[in-house]
Amino acid sequence: MNLYWIPLLTFIGCFIPLATVKWGRSLCTAATALFPALALLIVLQNLGAVLHGEDIRFSQSWIPALGLDISFRLDGLSLLFALLILGIGLLVILYARYYLSEKEQMGRFYGYLMLFMTAMIGFVLSNNLLQMWFFWELTSISSFLLISYWHHRSDARKGARMALTITGAGGLALLAGIVLIGQLLGSYDLDVVLNSGDAIRDADNYLVILVLVLLGAFTKSAQFPFYFWLPHAMAAPTPVSAYLHSATMVKAGIFLMARMFPVLAGTESWFLIVSITGLLTLLIGAYMALFKHDLKGLLAYSTVSHLGLITLLLGIGTDLAAVAAVFHIINHATFKASLFMAAGIIDHETGSRDMRQLNGLWKYMPQTATLAMVAAAAMAGVPLLNGFLSKEMFFAETLDQSTLGSISWMIPVFATIGAAFSVAYSLRFIHDVFFNGEPVDLPKTPHEPPRYMRVPVEILVGLCLVVGIFPEQTVGHLLAAASTSVLGGYLPEYHLYIWHGLNLPFIMSIIAMAGGAVLYLNRQRLFRFQAHFPERNESQLFDTSVKKLRDFIRVFLAWFDNGSTQRSVFWLLFLALAFTLFPLMQLNTTAGHRPQIPVDTVMLAGATLLCVASIATVIWHHLRLLALLLLSVVGMIVSIAFALFSAPDLALTQLSVEVVTIVLLLLALYFLPQRIRNYSSPSRIVRDLSLSVLIGGVVGTITYALMTRPFDTISGFFTENAKTLGGGTNIVNVILVDFRGFDTFGEITVLGIAALGIYKLIARMRLFQLHADTNGLPWTEDKHPIMFQIISQALLPLALMVSVYIFLRGHNLPGGGFIAGLITSVAIIQQYIARGYVWLQDRIRINYLTLIGTGLSIAFLTGVGSFIWQQPFLKSWHDYVHIPLIGEIELASAMAFDLGVYLTVVGASMLILANLGGLTSSERLRVEDDQ
Amino acid sequence: MELIFALCVGILTACGVYLTLRGSTFTVVIGLTLLSYAVNLFLFASGRLALNAAPILKQAEQHTDPLPQALVLTAIVIGFAMTAFAVILAMRARADLGNDHVDGNPPELEQTLQHKDKRS
Repeated sequence: MNLYWIPLLTFIGCFIPLATVKWGRSLCTAATALFPALALLIVLQNLGAVLHGEDIRFSQSWIPALGLDISFRLDGLSLLFALLILGIGLLVILYARYYLSEKEQMGRFYGYLMLFMTAMIGFVLSNNLLQMWFFWELTSISSFLLISYWHHRSDARKGARMALTITGAGGLALLAGIVLIGQLLGSYDLDVVLNSGDAIRDADNYLVILVLVLLGAFTKSAQFPFYFWLPHAMAAPTPVSAYLHSATMVKAGIFLMARMFPVLAGTESWFLIVSITGLLTLLIGAYMALFKHDLKGLLAYSTVSHLGLITLLLGIGTDLAAVAAVFHIINHATFKASLFMAAGIIDHETGSRDMRQLNGLWKYMPQTATLAMVAAAAMAGVPLLNGFLSKEMFFAETLDQSTLGSISWMIPVFATIGAAFSVAYSLRFIHDVFFNGEPVDLPKTPHEPPRYMRVPVEILVGLCLVVGIFPEQTVGHLLAAASTSVLGGYLPEYHLYIWHGLNLPFIMSIIAMAGGAVLYLNRQRLFRFQAHFPERNESQLFDTSVKKLRDFIRVFLAWFDNGSTQRSVFWLLFLALAFTLFPLMQLNTTAGHRPQIPVDTVMLAGATLLCVASIATVIWHHLRLLALLLLSVVGMIVSIAFALFSAPDLALTQLSVEVVTIVLLLLALYFLPQRIRNYSSPSRIVRDLSLSVLIGGVVGTITYALMTRPFDTISGFFTENAKTLGGGTNIVNVILVDFRGFDTFGEITVLGIAALGIYKLIARMRLFQLHADTNGLPWTEDKHPIMFQIISQALLPLALMVSVYIFLRGHNLPGGGFIAGLITSVAIIQQYIARGYVWLQDRIRINYLTLIGTGLSIAFLTGVGSFIWQQPFLKSWHDYVHIPLIGEIELASAMAFDLGVYLTVVGASMLILANLGGLTSSERLRVEDDQ
Repeated sequence: MELIFALCVGILTACGVYLTLRGSTFTVVIGLTLLSYAVNLFLFASGRLALNAAPILKQAEQHTDPLPQALVLTAIVIGFAMTAFAVILAMRARADLGNDHVDGNPPELEQTLQHKDKRS
């Protein structure tokens, strides 16, 4: 079976609980467990090969341009994690069956849990950094969902938010680090990356990459100073804590460090950052754990401490330290998951997690107590249990380093102190809960849990014992394979003995045991001492800082964007100016060497008229009608300019659009205030004038610099192939309907959408309609002039004929769908002007909405039509047909497309204008006057 | 001619920008129209100016660059749609909010003036 089946199976498993939950809780559990079990089988199938040093890979190219492949690998390290994730995952599913009460939504819980499992398994199996990061983020999101599973509780919501914020921020840092690595190596493939250790370590930005990647790892693995989210994540249901916050997710950061160990480790900065962070986390976590009265709080801080221990080992960076780190990952996962489950059982059966209430449970639940005690002993590092072995290795490695120079001896001392606290809180877990008198005010009478709820704990505790007594026989091969991957294919000489003789690490162990006992015996004094410190509530601290940030942003936004359109536009234009001014200053000469066109009188006159008209528009913009007339002069000159400079299509389009626009604006005048007020203060006018003059200057300069420089056109292809491929001689039209037909299709769609938007805006408009103008003169009641009516009516067929002609010749001569459509619109609008809306409404029964739809459909179907001949979308076809009397004409599929364009343009422009004009008609005039 | 063309584009831009920054909606619409003339001319100019060189095969000795023309052609039509949308939006805003300021609430000074208008 291929590797991709492993995450795929767990992913399918996300939906199974939702579908099966109605069949009852046990069946749902069984159906859900089936999928990770199958995935585990696939992993086990490959177990032998991987343990013999073979790496199994699966790769499928996805987006090669981005270096993004779907790529999985199963080597020693990912094998170890896959076994932990799927194995403990199965136990957690079984456990949760009994943990969740009847009324809780089991389907949702299992769905989230499986999603998390998918994310986690995908993460450890990834052989591509980007893909790895994707799954990494998915673990953050799914853990957010799991922590907030009891979303009616505010602490759950807060804890979930905090976890997501911290790990999410770390994830962004990690992405930055990954992208830097990808840019450095030109590949995100993990095989390439793992073989480029020297290149990365020698890179100039090695420190940046290191810090970014470590930020990701530290936030995820709850390292100092980010550890505080983990205790708050304990608001999650206990199966989640057992799974995510001890065995798997918090190990993702550790996994990342182990994965990148061959690439990033081995430098001074790695050692300093990682080991000091690890040491601090180890000490703080161990110290804090002792003072938590909440059972899960104690375990959470102990988890923080043990994660610090593993981090410290990876930071020390020697080969044997890496082996010890891997070994402790295994051991910690087993004993901590079982302890969490035991804590969950206690919580479940007593209704409390407070150790001041929980006492003397040994009498009520001896079997659970035994299991919890063995697991706690493993956590404390008692001989014959797995925790002892890795702790011994840890002590040995702290002694075997000299990287801090003359103060290197401090590390083993601090390690021993941390271990002493670890013994103390383990003792507290055992003694406070199971002995130490009688329970105080428990909500329930404690008793043993259901039989199968204990099974997962029994299995895990059994593993602690078996690994502790027969390390080599049980996990020897797995440890060797995983360590080989961490060390990049090399395995140092080491032995997993229960008894190493009376050496320094063993003495440190004994000191830690004794010290822990002393600490625990004097706990009351310590508690009193600790009570002097104000309770540090990270949750409040976090909330305050988030609130401060939010307030700051609010103030900033209020200053930067106060909701004024004018202000936003000003900033936008100002920034555009700032960004263009700087590069322009580096342009030495404005004029290029391209030969320029000589000026003649006509051109000069046109240009003068344009400049005068536009400046006059600005000066008299308060006089609406005059401004509009001046505007139309500008538009006219622009279309003449197009005609002059060899763009007949543009000239025709501009001319017809000009007519439609001016009619539209004239109509609008009726609805807008007759007097345009001056809203601007003098200072604002000065500010805006200077900005616009500067922008105008910049744009003019760029235009001049651009036009006077020679250029290589990319249109050679279009010019050469317009006739042969597109079957037309009007290159502009062939580009529109053939070569870039897809763009045109998008553009007419936008046109249609704009028209629909306008239609909706008009549909429910309340109107300002005055019976008189501002001077008190009533509106004229004149009928439509009869001469104009007659002439317009006579012109209509002529105009339509022109537009048909323009449409038909469009492929070869200036014209086409756009222009023909506009001409048709102008012809119809003229009728509206001459006859009025009501008269025409009975005679032109075209639904313009349908017209737009038809046009777009025709264009789309023409495009899809090419699929029939196995051609790409909108590939055009053309041929010559001989028709009697008329002669040979050319038929092109592009013409059908152009017809679609034509219909859309007519539909859109008429929908806008006819509806707007309709507002002035008699029936709407009866609407109550608002003013 | 290039210099004059560039001057025209510059002036059109300046006028368009100035009007776009004004407070009353109709003026903004006029500004946008001027600005779209400027943008269209600028885009068109990127194909360089040429006389008697329409991009139509068999009609001229040489052809100017057809691509900017194709771009500008659709830009003109889309520009119309945009102007129309802006102007209808202005009308709708005036109808719903009772004034023609782009933000829907004219500055204090103006509101008092408006009251005077209503009374007269």
